[in-house]
Amino acid sequence: MDFDLSQPQQLLQKSARDFFKRECPPEKVREIMATDTAFDEKLWQAVADQGWTGLIIPEEFGGLGLGVVELAVVAEEMGRAVLPGPFTSTVWASAVIARAGSEGQKAQYLEKISSGEMKATVAMLEGSASWNTEDVMLSAEKDGDNYRLNGTKEMVTDAAVADLILVTARSGADLVLLPIAAKTDGITITATPGIDATRKLYRVEFKDVVVPQSDALESGYRAKEALEQGSRVANVAICAEMVGGMGWVVETSVAYVRERQQFGKPVGMFQAVQHKCADMLLFTESSRSAVYYAAWALNVDDPSAKLAVSVAKAYTSDGARETGNRGIQVHGGIGFTWEHNLHLYYKRFKSSETMFGDATYHREEIAKQVIDEEGHA
Amino acid sequence: MDLKPTPQEEQFRSELRVWLHENMPAPFEGDTSTPEGSQAEFEYLRDWQRKVYEGGWAGISWPKEYGGRGAGLIEQAIFQEEFALAGAPTLVNALGLAIIGPTIIAEGTEEQKQRFVSKILSCEEIWCQGFSEPNAGSDVAALGTKAVLDGDHYVVNGQKIWTTLAHVSEWCLLLTRTDFEAPKHKGITAFLVDMKTPGVEVRPLRQITGEAEFNEVYFTNARIPVANMLGELNKGWGIAITTLMNERANLGGSMYISFKKQFETLVERSREISNNGKVVAKDPIARQKMAQAYLDLEVFRHNANRALSKMVKLKVPGPEGSILKIYWSELNQRFQQTAQEVLGPVAQQKDFDNGDWIYGYLRCRANTIEAGTSEILRNLVAERVLGLPKSY
Repeated sequence: MDFDLSQPQQLLQKSARDFFKRECPPEKVREIMATDTAFDEKLWQAVADQGWTGLIIPEEFGGLGLGVVELAVVAEEMGRAVLPGPFTSTVWASAVIARAGSEGQKAQYLEKISSGEMKATVAMLEGSASWNTEDVMLSAEKDGDNYRLNGTKEMVTDAAVADLILVTARSGADLVLLPIAAKTDGITITATPGIDATRKLYRVEFKDVVVPQSDALESGYRAKEALEQGSRVANVAICAEMVGGMGWVVETSVAYVRERQQFGKPVGMFQAVQHKCADMLLFTESSRSAVYYAAWALNVDDPSAKLAVSVAKAYTSDGARETGNRGIQVHGGIGFTWEHNLHLYYKRFKSSETMFGDATYHREEIAKQVIDEEGHA
Repeated sequence: MDLKPTPQEEQFRSELRVWLHENMPAPFEGDTSTPEGSQAEFEYLRDWQRKVYEGGWAGISWPKEYGGRGAGLIEQAIFQEEFALAGAPTLVNALGLAIIGPTIIAEGTEEQKQRFVSKILSCEEIWCQGFSEPNAGSDVAALGTKAVLDGDHYVVNGQKIWTTLAHVSEWCLLLTRTDFEAPKHKGITAFLVDMKTPGVEVRPLRQITGEAEFNEVYFTNARIPVANMLGELNKGWGIAITTLMNERANLGGSMYISFKKQFETLVERSREISNNGKVVAKDPIARQKMAQAYLDLEVFRHNANRALSKMVKLKVPGPEGSILKIYWSELNQRFQQTAQEVLGPVAQQKDFDNGDWIYGYLRCRANTIEAGTSEILRNLVAERVLGLPKSY
């Protein structure tokens, strides 16, 4: 057993850290988040040039063919830099396509995603705000050789910059996965600004959108499996992002309380402050353990993988928020200003907390597997 | 990163399983609430540890020349896990195994190692640890038990408290003050003390659960040979640190399994009983709390494995042990509270599950006090891991 990153993984970590330090400093994040779409073409292409948009895409489709642990390593560094833009959205779509697409569909989409030419997202959430695939209700009615889509998707990340929207819909009792060009007739994309300006959200409305049935990826049970499994991969990336952000908050807070003087002493000398810092470290390192375990389990398809992802997401969702709370508290007034970078992380934590299900959602997922007898058997 | 066990680790695990299957005794069946019964249980456990030693399974990571198995820390962790999984009786020389043996191996003279170490493993000699005093708890370095040189002996006077196993121990690792002028950390000396020395008196200390796990130990003109000093004169604080680090790092596997077993019992009970008018396992709030307990446990396991991996590389326990200790102690308190909350009033009944839930609920209060309070450990994390200035 070895729970440490391997040498190549450590090298990847270092090169990602250096890259984002150089290409995505806080001033850049602020500049990008102030735009309508939080998208910067040059930065996107630079990320793609590193091979990271295709990090987990097999080499035959132009990707690096690396695993989920490597994805977590890079995502952690993205979180440390609060990288804005459609990276996670695109990874999510690609992870589902890789599991539910035909060879032809994989070639069609994954090669362009690997090169950075195509940005993608998944439109899954609806008014019910449920991450359960059973609750996907958007109507895909069969009409000759086509599906006709009607309905609304909510809180779709990066929809305005995505070239491709992978739409989850219901045809009769079946779940269907439809990759659709964002510019297709009948699709209306409206910004629904949220707490986190680095990851923009949209309402995507479908009015008689016509899609050839042959465009659909796998459907029914296999679509459900692919969507769930692909979402788990993206979920681990989001968790790793949170861990990176938490690491930044701990380091920044500790550096601050060492410098900041009150009563003639650094405030980091007071136990009330020290204990908050120790808690932040505990949340961060515990999240890191849970997230890397989940990444490893997903990667080797360990039987514990599904539970491990729920454990990681539930723990990290709470842990990131609690770390952010304490980070602001030990900074005092300066931590509450727009000027300080803490709020970039604090807001990202909040949006990541609910993405792919919050702690409450994942605790119920755990309960189904460990408390219910059928789950137990 | 590869979390799969190596073939050697698998091999070790399966050999141990076979051995346990063939050698584990039937559970002890006396009444442990009487002094005779508790003595009989102690002898039963002592016999069991001797058998484990003779089978070659004691001191997994200790050097062969002192009776250990000479294997690694991962094997040690597997050993603890398998023991807990099999429900094997505990190894009764707990402090000797977890703390005192490793400390003698690290700090002792060759004679001391030859004399003491294998007898810890075979359970021929039970050990206790004389650190805490009534006025030296978290501030252990303030200890006042005096040792004064008189010929080829030191004469010891003072009192220790919270001394686990002292009532059955043959030996004690004792911290004393030998220099009264020096700063408090620089005047401490460690001794290996024969508990049969005249002037050593043990009094049991009854605790919140009703049992007496701990003792007070009084020293009145007890004469300790100079040869029984561990390490150098006035260098005892370094030894104390070594033992405390071992104490906090030596966890993981067995603790996870024993918590996990309790969790599984809780799940079973939750399906059988009702609280507040609902079957517990169907109550959404109880489900949330139990799932939280489950994930808490899993996160602890991942933390422990990560710390173990690091310890294998660095060879010594690091300050991360403090984080682990904070985690498991607070985890157990959260868990016991959850169990009481979801099971409701029946969990307070002595005839329900043998009163285990009452015991667990009460006993866990000590978890955040023993082996370093959560407050002291957070100070250590702040100072030694985060590099913040010392607060006291």
